Amino acid sequence: MSTPSATLSQTDAHAVREITLAQAVREALAEEMRRDPTVFIIGEDVAEAGTPFKVLSGLVEEFGPTRIIDSPISEPGITGLGVGAAMTGMRPVIDIMFGDFIGLIMDQLANQAAKVHYMSGGKLNVPMVVRTTLGATRRSAAQHSQSLHAWVSHIPGLQVVLPSTPYDAKGLYKTAIRDNNPVIVFEDKMMYQLKGSVPEGEYTIPFGVAGIKRQGTDITIVATSSMVQVALTAAENLEQIGISAEVVDPRTMFPLDKATLIESAKKTSRAIVVDEGYERYGVTAELAAVIAEGAFYYLDAPVKRMGAMDVPVPFSPVLEDQTVPTPAALTELAKTLCGRA
Amino acid sequence: MANTKTPQPGLAKRESAPADPDLWIRMYQQMVQIRLFEEQVNDLYKTARMPGLAHLYSGEEAVAVGVCNALRRDDYITSTHRGHGHCLAKGASLDRMFAELLGKAPGYCRGKGGSMHIADQDTGNLGANAIVGGSAGIATGAAMSAKMRGADQVTVCFFGDGALGQGVLYEVMNMASLWKLPVIYVCENNLYNEYTHYTETTAGELTARAKAFGIHAETVDGQDVRGVYEEARQAVNRARQGEGPTFLLCDTYRYYGHHVGDIQRTYYRAKEEEDFWRTERDPIKLLAGWLVEQQVSDTVTLDQMMADVRAEVAAAVEFALAAPFPDVSEVDQHVYA
Ligand SMILES: Cc1ncc(C[n+]2csc(CCOP(=O)(O)OP(=O)(O)O)c2C)c(N)n1
Ligand SMILES: [Mg+2]
Repeated sequence: MSTPSATLSQTDAHAVREITLAQAVREALAEEMRRDPTVFIIGEDVAEAGTPFKVLSGLVEEFGPTRIIDSPISEPGITGLGVGAAMTGMRPVIDIMFGDFIGLIMDQLANQAAKVHYMSGGKLNVPMVVRTTLGATRRSAAQHSQSLHAWVSHIPGLQVVLPSTPYDAKGLYKTAIRDNNPVIVFEDKMMYQLKGSVPEGEYTIPFGVAGIKRQGTDITIVATSSMVQVALTAAENLEQIGISAEVVDPRTMFPLDKATLIESAKKTSRAIVVDEGYERYGVTAELAAVIAEGAFYYLDAPVKRMGAMDVPVPFSPVLEDQTVPTPAALTELAKTLCGRA
Repeated sequence: MANTKTPQPGLAKRESAPADPDLWIRMYQQMVQIRLFEEQVNDLYKTARMPGLAHLYSGEEAVAVGVCNALRRDDYITSTHRGHGHCLAKGASLDRMFAELLGKAPGYCRGKGGSMHIADQDTGNLGANAIVGGSAGIATGAAMSAKMRGADQVTVCFFGDGALGQGVLYEVMNMASLWKLPVIYVCENNLYNEYTHYTETTAGELTARAKAFGIHAETVDGQDVRGVYEEARQAVNRARQGEGPTFLLCDTYRYYGHHVGDIQRTYYRAKEEEDFWRTERDPIKLLAGWLVEQQVSDTVTLDQMMADVRAEVAAAVEFALAAPFPDVSEVDQHVYA
C-alpha cells in the first residue's frame, strides 16, 4: 500500500492547463496504459462509444480492441474476470457504468477481490481498479442516482477513492493503477465537465492523504466528491458573514487520513461532515466518529452530519432536489454550529 | 460470432384472413398510439420540457402490442428501460403516462418513478426496470406466485438482447422450466446493446440458451404483429395449461437512438440500415398494407384513426404539462409500506 507521507512528484509544474475531470481520468488511464502493457480496460460500451459519458473516448483508437474491451452486459462476469486476470499478472480496469450496479458485483468485490491477498497468506495480489459513478440530480431516478461508496468502504481489503477535482482524479488514478490491491474509484457523473488546473507533467497523489481545499479557522467542513463544490460555495457564503470555513476532502475513504481531519477540527473547534451517500450508517457517520474520538477535548460543538436523505432517489425534480445537501442548507447548519443562526 | 440474418422487406405470407377484424384494427390503433406517444416524448425532450432522458420504443411496437393482446388484464408483465410501449399496450392511459414522464403528481408513480419505472397494478404491470435483466426474477416470481395461489395468471417478462448477458436470467429460466412456471420470456432483439451490436456480445444461437433448460423457444418476426400475436397466444395457452415457460425471440429494431440524447449514431450503425427498417420493415405500415389488401379497412379510415389518436395524444400532453408537481412533503413517503 502507498505510504501516506509520500509527496507529489511534478516533473513539469510550470506547464499547467485547464482540463475537465473527464479528460483528467482519460489522461491518467492513457498514460498508465502507455507505461504498462499489462493495464487493460473492460466494460460495456467502453471502446467505440467511449462510455455513455464519453470519458474514454479515443482510447480504443490508440490501444486497440484487445486492451479496450467491449463486454456483454455482464457486470459480475467482467469483475470476476478482472480478479482472475489481476491475480495472474495483469492490471485490469473494470468499468461499471453506474455506481448503482455495484450490487451486481458485490460478491466479486467483497468475497473474492477483497480477500484473496489475506486468505492466501499474502501470496496472491489483486491489482485491479473498478471505476464507477455516484451522484444524483441527473433526473435518472432510483436505480441510476445512488452514491453507494459506503458499501465497499466497509470491506477490509478494498480501497476506495473519491476524486473531487481534475487534478485529484488524475493523480489518484495513477496511484490506483500502480497499487497492488483492489481499488474502487467513484466519479461524480455531474462533475465530468468540471474544469481545473492539471500540470502537463507526471505526478501521482498517494492514498490516505486528505486535500485541504480551502484554509479556514472557525469551522471545518469535511466534504467528499460532489460535496466538495457544495462545501466551497457554502464557505464563500460563510465568509460574507465573517465565518472562516476550512474545507477538507479526505479523497480516499480507505486508507483514511484521520490525522488531517482531526487536526483541522482541533484547530477550528467545530466540524460538519457532508457526503452524498445515504446519511444513515454511512460515510458521514464514520468520519464524524473519527473526529469526535480524536478531537473531543477541542470541540465547542457536537460534530454534525449531512448526507443524502434516506429515501430512494425520486425522479421528479421537485422531489429529487430535496434529497441532496445544498450550499444553502450547509451554510445554515454551519451558522447554527457557530452560534450565528 | 452469432448468426446475423439479413432482414427481408415486407411481410412473410400468412394464411388466414383475419378471424376477428376488430382485433387487428385495435392492434393498429395501439401501435399508432405508441408511435405518436414516443414522437411526443422526443419532442418534449428536444424542447427541454421533460426532465432526464427516455428510451423510445418506436419501431418495436408490434412486439408489445402482439404480446399484450394475447394477455388478459389480470395477467402480469414486467418491462424495461424501453418500457413505454409495454405499459401502453397493457392498458395504461396516455395522460398518466405523460404525467409520470414529467414528474407530475397524477403520474402513475406520483412522479417518483419517471420514464424507466412506470408500474400500474390495475393493468397487471409490475413495473419497468432500469437495471438490465432486473425484472427476470420479478417476472418468474410472479409466475411462481400465480401457480402457488392456484390462479391461472400468466406473466410476460420483456427484455432486450442485452439482458442475455445477465446471469440472473439463466438462474430463473432454469427454475421456471424445472417447476413449469407460467412465464413467457420475450426477448426483443433490436440488434443493439446500447451502442454495440449484439453479435459482438452474444455467443451462439440465442434460442439455444432457453432450449438448454428444456424451455420451448420460438423466433418470430417482431415487425409482423400478426405473427407475434399468434406465437404469444400459443405461449399463453401453454402457460395457462400448466405446460411451463416459453422463450419468444422477436427480431425488431429501434428507430431512434438508444435514448433521446443519442443523436450521432453513425459510429455504431449505418444510416442505410435505419432507413431500411423504417421504410421496408415498419410494423405499422406493414399491418396497414395488409388490412387494406384484405379489405378489412381502407386508407381513408386508417388515416382518420391516426388523426384521432394524434388528437388524444395532444390532449394527454396538455393534461400532463398543466398538472401540478407533487408536494415536496411526499419525498419521504412510500419508503416503507
Ligand atoms: C445491469 C445494467 N448494466 C448496464 C446498464 C446500462 N444500460 C442501460 S440500457 C443498456 C443496453 C440494453 O440493451 P438491450 O437489453 O438490448 O435493450 P435495448 O436498449 O436495446 O432495448 C445498458 C447497457 C443497466 N441499466 N443495467
Ligand atoms: Mg437491444
